[in-house]
Amino acid sequence: MPQAGFLQDWLRRATAVDWFLLALRIVVLAVVGTGFVAGLLHPRYGREEWFSFLAFGLTIGAIYALIALGYTMVYGILRMVNFAHGDVFMFGAYAACFSLIACNRAGILNAYPVISFTIAVIVCIAVSAGIAILGERIAYRPFRRGRSLAPLISTLGLSFVLEYSARGMFGAQNKSFPTMPGIDGIVAFAGFSVPRVQLVVVAAAVLTMIVLTLIVMRTRIGTAMRAVAEDKDAATLMGINVDRVIVFTFALGGALAGIAGLLYGLVFKQISFFMGFFLGVKGFGAAVLGGIGNIPGAMLGGYALGLVESLGPAAFLEGLGVTAPYQLRDAIAYTMLVMVLIFRPRGLLGERLSTARA
Amino acid sequence: MASDLAQGVARRPIALPGGLRPAVNVTISVAVVCAFTVLVGLFGQFSDRAMVVGVLDIGHSLMLAAALAGGAVLARRQRMASVLIVALISGAVAGGLVQALVVVARWANLRWMLVSLTPVTLNRVGFLLPDDQAALVLAASGACAALVGAGLVLCGPIPRRIVLGALGGVVCAGLLRELIRGILGGLGGVDDWGFTYDGLLPAGAAVSAAIGALVTIRPGAARYAQLPPRVKLGARLLCLLVLLALPALTNDFVAQVMMLVCLYTLMGLGLNIELGLAGLVDLGFVAFFAVGAYTVGLLTADATGAGGHLTFFAALPFSIAFAALAGFLFGLPVLKVRGDYLAIATLGLGEIIRVLVLSDMLKPELGGAQGIVNIPKPALFGFVLSSPTRLFYMTAIMAAAAGYIAWRLQHSGLGRRWLAVREDEDVAQALGINLVGVKLSAYTMGAGFAGLAGGIFAGMVGSVFPQSFQLLVSVNVLAILVVGGIGSLPGVIIGAAALIGAPEVLRDLGEYRYLIYGIVVIAVVRLKPDGLSPKAIRQREAL
Repeated sequence: MPQAGFLQDWLRRATAVDWFLLALRIVVLAVVGTGFVAGLLHPRYGREEWFSFLAFGLTIGAIYALIALGYTMVYGILRMVNFAHGDVFMFGAYAACFSLIACNRAGILNAYPVISFTIAVIVCIAVSAGIAILGERIAYRPFRRGRSLAPLISTLGLSFVLEYSARGMFGAQNKSFPTMPGIDGIVAFAGFSVPRVQLVVVAAAVLTMIVLTLIVMRTRIGTAMRAVAEDKDAATLMGINVDRVIVFTFALGGALAGIAGLLYGLVFKQISFFMGFFLGVKGFGAAVLGGIGNIPGAMLGGYALGLVESLGPAAFLEGLGVTAPYQLRDAIAYTMLVMVLIFRPRGLLGERLSTARA
Repeated sequence: MASDLAQGVARRPIALPGGLRPAVNVTISVAVVCAFTVLVGLFGQFSDRAMVVGVLDIGHSLMLAAALAGGAVLARRQRMASVLIVALISGAVAGGLVQALVVVARWANLRWMLVSLTPVTLNRVGFLLPDDQAALVLAASGACAALVGAGLVLCGPIPRRIVLGALGGVVCAGLLRELIRGILGGLGGVDDWGFTYDGLLPAGAAVSAAIGALVTIRPGAARYAQLPPRVKLGARLLCLLVLLALPALTNDFVAQVMMLVCLYTLMGLGLNIELGLAGLVDLGFVAFFAVGAYTVGLLTADATGAGGHLTFFAALPFSIAFAALAGFLFGLPVLKVRGDYLAIATLGLGEIIRVLVLSDMLKPELGGAQGIVNIPKPALFGFVLSSPTRLFYMTAIMAAAAGYIAWRLQHSGLGRRWLAVREDEDVAQALGINLVGVKLSAYTMGAGFAGLAGGIFAGMVGSVFPQSFQLLVSVNVLAILVVGGIGSLPGVIIGAAALIGAPEVLRDLGEYRYLIYGIVVIAVVRLKPDGLSPKAIRQREAL
């Protein structure tokens, strides 16, 4: 029996560290399990509340997924974490915010909401893609052959430059996002009710992901991207301009982050210069959770992270008798991130990385 | 390969020096950099602070520096005398472009979006002159700066060093005027001729330029090198003594700044063990700092549940011990995580701790967002270390001790094993190095240093809040290491002085310090990957 053989093998080889990791796994599972059971025994929330948690989880998950896609495409090709990706997202949010404000000042926001929204989408895609390309030039390209620490530090520096440039340009205080006409209010169906904006966000995110899949699977440059992600040297030999593909990948990831910024602004109504960094970290977590380099994985990982973060406090922290469990939402997300990095770095759907480095 | 060479030869320009394209690129870049300083508000922040009173303000110095660098870039590409004319023209055009942008910005009136574009700032770009005169002045100054930049590249090394030294002297004196005034005032108040409250006077600027030039050409350096080592050591000790005496001679502000530098040096020494020696990236380093601070807070302040009522110095060993324990527990799960994943995992762990401390769940024990207040000041045998100067000496002594320990560790057998693990984990393991033990000892000891720094921080500030333990602290420490040179002990001190001390002295910098941080970190990683004080051991790879 292979199972028993595996167990014996493990027992023979296990070091103290392995035992510790096993204990850690059991403890985390036990805590989550008891909390979950205790929560089930003393239900505190009704069906509708659970539904609204679910809807919120899907909404925030869609945003995580869009950010994770940028990470996963770049990491799949270059094997580098881009700490500045979250700030590209932030700039996208600001770009969308200001283009909507400009529409409002020009008086077309309320008269032609669809046109205004289209303008905002185009502007935020352009700005985010531009900043992503700029970031690639400044903080990535010089280090493509180096060890992994140099690009890590330079993108961390770039992230600071972007954040504090935004602070200097747009002001330190939170900016309130203009309200779009037609997406406020609540939609009710079959006894449940959801804010309309959440439906819009989920739909927009799904549409974006469909477009992305079409670009990656059906276009010439998408084929080139997949080829480079598979094997960079072979792709070069096939006549693919790897540099151009990398720049395109950054631009595509930046565009997705820009759309995520727009959607974030629509949902949360407030944006700040500092919001990008940790959303970026969570986006990376989502990408790893799904399996880095794996595009469907990033989508799955984003939604999974959003759902865990949204349902987690109610599902098991409440059962454990924790006071104010919603303050620990980020702790749940980060715990999940760390656990994935430690125990399953390959992710849910397996990683797909380029075999040779640039 | 061959075709590349052929292309390179074919592209070489024949008529115009460098062709038109580099000149256009440089011109636009200079104008963009100038516009960027205005857009982010750096210019506005500094345009009313004088570099040299009545001559130049700091905001315009930034722009001139950009033009100077542009001229240097041009001349470096094409080392011919005719490039001077190109530099002159592109500097002038860049200056004109800046004023044109100002006019456009005034017309577009984007203040609702870009908060820094106030009318006052826009007028200040052109020295409050009418547009046409402003354009002329800007073009002329841009041309001069670009000309100087190009000239510096073309001239010999000795004049270049003299001019750069003089410029550097003026810039240092102009930026650090408060510090220098404090020092001069402390030494006997001979500062009226060179400095006023507004800044450096032309006479002071001349003296600083002379000092700067002297420092760079170093007359007598050869003779100094021939001195017996004992005299050299004596000279160095004398310098150190003067430096150490500064806070006592001058004011509390200097003491405060130097203490912060010492505190960050302590943390830098800790992270240097993890990152510099063992090669373990750690973005959650602030967690150990927090553990140290909270330990002192809980053990000495009487407001909280733990309330041990220990004295500060009795609590400090516990700080180190608990932080080291935290480091051990922190390192255990991430032992097998490498590279980028390790950076993200440690970042996540650090954030988990911050969120937990901030939460209401642990509020009864740790005080939640309100933190712990009323931590008594450190006292030694009834002698209360209340003033910044006394606290500085305490911190300096501890930092020196920690530096000695770090130095001994680096050259111990364990230090060599750390280095081996950093260079190549697999090879190190194959050589019989116990990876688990070596990595865990790096985490534990590095965390101990941070715990000491945290304990001192709690005693210094007198209160502990979760807001003090942001990710920014970890990034600051990482930036110190990168700028100073990863793995280098003197580099830690240099990095701390450059990144913590300098912005602290430049008070107006405010939140822009992080912008400058980012730029400095990118520049150092790109241009000097070994840092400002590279390690003596030859590194095989950059970083």
